[in-house]
Amino acid sequence: MWDYSETVKEHFFNPKNAGAVENSNATGEVGSISCGDALRLTLKVDPETEVIINAGFQTFGCGSAIASSSALTEIIKGMTLDESLNVSNQDIADYLEGLPPEKMHCSVMGREALQAAVADYRGEVWTDDHEEGALICKCFAVDAVMIEDTIRANGLTSVEDVTNYTKAGGGCSSCHEGIEEILAKVMEEQGETFTAPAIAAEAAPTSTMTNLQRIRRIEMVLDSIRPTLQADKGDVELVEVDGNTIYVNMTGACSGCQQASMTIGGIQQRMMEDLGEFIKVVPASQMPKQAKAGA
Amino acid sequence: MADSYLDNNATTAVDPAVVEVMLPFFTEQFGNPSSMHSFGNKVGHALKKARKQIQALLGAEHDSEIIFTSCGTESDSTAILSALKAQPDRKEIITTTVEHPAVLTLCEYLEKDGYTVHYLKVDEKGRLDLDEYKSLLSDEVAIVSVMWANNETGTLFPVEEMAELANAAGVMFHTDAVQAVGKLPIDLKNSKIHMLSVSGHKLHAPKGVGVLYLRRGTRFRPLLRGGHQERGRRAGTENATSIIGLGKAAELAMEHMEYENTQVKAMRDRLEEGILAAVPNTFITGDVDNRLPNTANIAFEYIEGEAILMLLSKAGIAASSGSACTSGSLEPSHVMRAMGIPYTAAHGTIRFSLSRYNTMEDVEKVIEAVPPIMTQLRKLSPYWGEDGPVEDPEKAFAPTYA
Repeated sequence: MWDYSETVKEHFFNPKNAGAVENSNATGEVGSISCGDALRLTLKVDPETEVIINAGFQTFGCGSAIASSSALTEIIKGMTLDESLNVSNQDIADYLEGLPPEKMHCSVMGREALQAAVADYRGEVWTDDHEEGALICKCFAVDAVMIEDTIRANGLTSVEDVTNYTKAGGGCSSCHEGIEEILAKVMEEQGETFTAPAIAAEAAPTSTMTNLQRIRRIEMVLDSIRPTLQADKGDVELVEVDGNTIYVNMTGACSGCQQASMTIGGIQQRMMEDLGEFIKVVPASQMPKQAKAGA
Repeated sequence: MADSYLDNNATTAVDPAVVEVMLPFFTEQFGNPSSMHSFGNKVGHALKKARKQIQALLGAEHDSEIIFTSCGTESDSTAILSALKAQPDRKEIITTTVEHPAVLTLCEYLEKDGYTVHYLKVDEKGRLDLDEYKSLLSDEVAIVSVMWANNETGTLFPVEEMAELANAAGVMFHTDAVQAVGKLPIDLKNSKIHMLSVSGHKLHAPKGVGVLYLRRGTRFRPLLRGGHQERGRRAGTENATSIIGLGKAAELAMEHMEYENTQVKAMRDRLEEGILAAVPNTFITGDVDNRLPNTANIAFEYIEGEAILMLLSKAGIAASSGSACTSGSLEPSHVMRAMGIPYTAAHGTIRFSLSRYNTMEDVEKVIEAVPPIMTQLRKLSPYWGEDGPVEDPEKAFAPTYA
């Protein structure tokens, strides 16, 4: 069973603006029966002001499709056409207090129906900008078509690449097999062979910096974080760099602070983003004795 | 009135009598059946009894043909992978387009490893073409895996006949019988079925226990190797409590077999008749004259299944659907598609599956609740007009933008 919010349930059980609007002057139709989602949006627009006076929907679809349609009509009533075009699918989802990742496409369908209806009113032709595929990454709601297109457009060759470009696979990592399958398929089309590392993502440093340059860079990253720490009466000091491991001392208010481990996590994230490699930031107190002696 | 549970093909309530026999094995009878002391010994005896009870339900010749597993899926995987491992020269598998994902997903995975899988097609009622089947049997085939009863429609396949044919061609035959066991009389000793999968929770035993029947003499390679449990054919300490529960559930299923095929069937038939009489543009899917006594799969045209389920649930009725939306996939049920059910109906299929715990009151409640739900949703549907589908619905409403 889906974990629908109370608002989704309310809009499903008691939908607002169901049915076609009488004397409507704009219609948007999206979806398809094969996917199990189809929506017709009808609007009555004031020709003088372009204000949406009335909106109605007819939807073939699941609970969240009906709720999204209902929410959409509530949101746009009273808006001008231009204002309504600023309504994003996230606005629809937010109005409903969130949708499960598998169901975000219902809110996308709502937004597309609106765009189609506005285009219809203005005598324009609206074009759908994406095709939808099977959901691969549930953490970040990324589908197969999106992953495939991104791999193709950017010549991606690893799961890590895909995560960096699309976020897919960056959460629980259960979908890595699915991502590898897509990589293998696309790369084969291009005459390449996908090979995966035996152990995931602890890629060797690719930087061409000398040790000294690298340490200076690390210092620079710490300097950029320092003002934030000092604002809280704390500080950080670089103690040692050993391969991918960076040892630091949290000083001042930061030492012994309950948030210290979170702060270290934040520093680690910044380091990885800046240096473009896997970095582990560790309190100097956990440094092996040998390293401390400078061996 | 309490909620009515009509989703027994998904899972069943554990029978109170089953719970009762299980309870002591959580507490004072906690021993490991392999141990050389009284704690283990008593559990060992209880497992032996459970094995006999399952043997009786399946009509197996020997109790050593019963291997306890963790679930139906494990039994299916064990059977198919064993056949491939034991006969490395045979690179083909025969199955059907309408199998449960436990078999289908494994077969698709094996295709990537270079195996050839033949998926037998079904007709509009979900029936197989046995001539197609016969033409595929050869000494290239490692195993045939065909379900006894379909989980969505209840349609029965002639597995006994198919096993005879496979056996005559020198091919191993496995059947996923998780929906059939406990609902239909089964007599394995007089069949040529080599392997058969059972799932405990489909017949009022707990979840997490299953059975693989393995005909004596069938070449076998275990999936899990390790200890000597299950005669070395399925290593791992026995899930003793659940196995004992499954034994009791098997005994109860035997006692209720006639009730299932008369009273439960009568409830199912009344349910279908009542709904079809009250709701237009509705039909039964599957092979109506040859199916499980407890299963009704009804297609409601021009509306979507998940929406139906939510309104049913609000009315205190639990069922399930073949719609894409309930699973989060884009395609409706592969079983409905295989039967060629049009999209306008496939997304609106609802499965009501009954058990001996249902009553005629449940059935009447559903018959009363369903018509207004369908009216309400059809009113919202762009494929539905004033009091019937719009003319040529798939053309009348065909958005340019998919």
